[in-house]
Amino acid sequence: MAKHVSVENLSIIFGRPKAQKEALKLIEEGLSASEIRKITGATVANKKVSFEIEPDELFVIVGLSGSGKSTFIRALNLLNTPTSGDIKINGKSLLELSKKELREYRRKDVSMVFQHFGLLSHRSVLENIEYPLEVQGIPKDERRKKALQVIEQVGLKGWGESLPSELSGGMQQRVGLARALVNDPELLLMDEPYSALDPLIRREMQNELLTLDDSFERTIVFITHDMNEAFRIGDRIALLKDAEVVQIGTPLEFFKNPANDYVIDFIADVDKSRVLKARNVMHRVKNMIHVKASAKEARDLMRATESEFLFVVGDQKKYLGYIDKEALKGKSAQSLETYIQPDENIITRNMYLSEALKVMSDSIYDVAVLDQMGQLRGALTSDEIITALSE
Amino acid sequence: MIRFPDQLIYRISGFIDTGVDWILANFRTFFRGFASFINSLFQIFDAIFSNIPWWVYIIVLVIVGWRLYKIQVGLTLGAMLFAIGMFGLWDDMIYTLVIIFMSVTASIFIGIPTGILMAKSPRVEKIFKPILDGMQTMPSFVYLIPAVMLFGLGRVPAVIATSIYAIPPLIRLTYLGITNVDEEVIEAGKAFGSTGLQMLTKIELPQSISTIMTGVNQTTMMAMAMVVIASMIGADGIGSQVLISIRRLEVGQGVQAGLAIVFMAIILDRVFQGIAKKFERTADANG
Repeated sequence: MAKHVSVENLSIIFGRPKAQKEALKLIEEGLSASEIRKITGATVANKKVSFEIEPDELFVIVGLSGSGKSTFIRALNLLNTPTSGDIKINGKSLLELSKKELREYRRKDVSMVFQHFGLLSHRSVLENIEYPLEVQGIPKDERRKKALQVIEQVGLKGWGESLPSELSGGMQQRVGLARALVNDPELLLMDEPYSALDPLIRREMQNELLTLDDSFERTIVFITHDMNEAFRIGDRIALLKDAEVVQIGTPLEFFKNPANDYVIDFIADVDKSRVLKARNVMHRVKNMIHVKASAKEARDLMRATESEFLFVVGDQKKYLGYIDKEALKGKSAQSLETYIQPDENIITRNMYLSEALKVMSDSIYDVAVLDQMGQLRGALTSDEIITALSE
Repeated sequence: MIRFPDQLIYRISGFIDTGVDWILANFRTFFRGFASFINSLFQIFDAIFSNIPWWVYIIVLVIVGWRLYKIQVGLTLGAMLFAIGMFGLWDDMIYTLVIIFMSVTASIFIGIPTGILMAKSPRVEKIFKPILDGMQTMPSFVYLIPAVMLFGLGRVPAVIATSIYAIPPLIRLTYLGITNVDEEVIEAGKAFGSTGLQMLTKIELPQSISTIMTGVNQTTMMAMAMVVIASMIGADGIGSQVLISIRRLEVGQGVQAGLAIVFMAIILDRVFQGIAKKFERTADANG
């Protein structure tokens, strides 16, 4: 599949136009952001940032304040304009959009959640959630219907008529999230959404986000300054320092191969067993077969993948159970359905590794890792867990 | 070398006189027409305001005071208005009220769009800021001079001078209200693809309405102060009662008219402040 977001050599510089030009030249010469600031007076917020984000990925950008992460996320919906470089969404450059196309892009394809919620204090919760639909000119009852659906998703049913000021911080951020989901965007930008909340609520919201993420095909770009948060929710993480990317990778890659001392420092306080999840460690499943396949196909696949059993899935990779090699021996029946054995050892992909280990303790095979919707996302062995935790 | 040297004296008053003469000579019909337009507007509003029975004003005021604050406030305000009537100044009060009403309305129609423009365009802001500063430091009766020059004596120049004198706080507070809207709220509006007009009507104006209402309140108070002074150029109303008492050295009459002005000012202030507060409660509460 094509990359959803690709950022190429993106630099964002604040300052007078002349200083910006000078700063760009100095970037090419390899000077650091602070040096450039001293010479030109321009602030380099992002310096030759490049990476790609896959569809449906939860991509976290982490860095201390002043590292340029908030500037970056605002470039993805052009609240900030790149000074140089390019941003492509589904292969199309954002910089080539006309004013009208940009408005359409913001209305339909992308939405944003803000650190301090950015709610309209003069409107009720429901009216806030309806806002993105309202600016599109969608009729009143239609947008009310959609807003009521979304408000239920974020667990705020019954609060629709309240004013935002009557809600707690956590609830206000749920309104912010609901507002961002109401136009069904492909790309959800979250700018330190939980930083203003207290730790307990923050943890709860993180878990809800992961659950929510499972139930949609949606790319999420998430900004945080908290490494624990980054590792807890991110499929992949980009660490920013002084306007530059220091390292990009999965949480496991960060632990395995930290790029330099700064990264080592940064991850020193992260408790692996409390941030790493099944999703971070699991491997892709090769020995997987659709339930409609024949017994012969199943046998062939087993031979090809050198495995003792196969995971059987239905449509949309819905996990049904497994088939043993023994069970298939000498059988030639058309359907696999009768041989499927129900699987009790199941891991959801948002389980922490310690929990996952408990579930799989008596299993000799790979254990299926499912998402919230029951789709097979990968598999996990106890060896993998132990290696991940001990590294 | 103590005295300022005579050779350096260069008066600009001559140029201004010539300028005004030139304007008068060339635009006389325009000013005449404008004056008669204002005059007929005044007659319409005067007819409306004068034909409402006195007790309706008092009852409405008591109810408004009660709804905005509490019943005691309503009764106090009602008593003040009743006292103005007892002093024999009811008709003068209505006359003054019409001038204030027209001036404040004009200020709102001109001041709010100007404030918005200032908030949106740095260039307009740069031009208007010093003008507003100048307007607010200028002594109030200076405004009477050009008004009289261009529109003669009477209520028309009073309405115009009052509008101009009273407009700066409204422009300033509209500008302030819009530029002070929370940055993230603005970003949210943009991020969801609002057009410029949607930003203004759905976000910026509603978010700054309580500040703007404070501006309306201040503008009303300025108009109240000006309308008293405007009696010097022949506008009737309570102010002219004060002026007459000064000329005739009638202390009692003067104090009585002065008291009526104070009552009127208190009533207008309380009512507009109460309305501004109401907006604040429903609108302004971010976090």
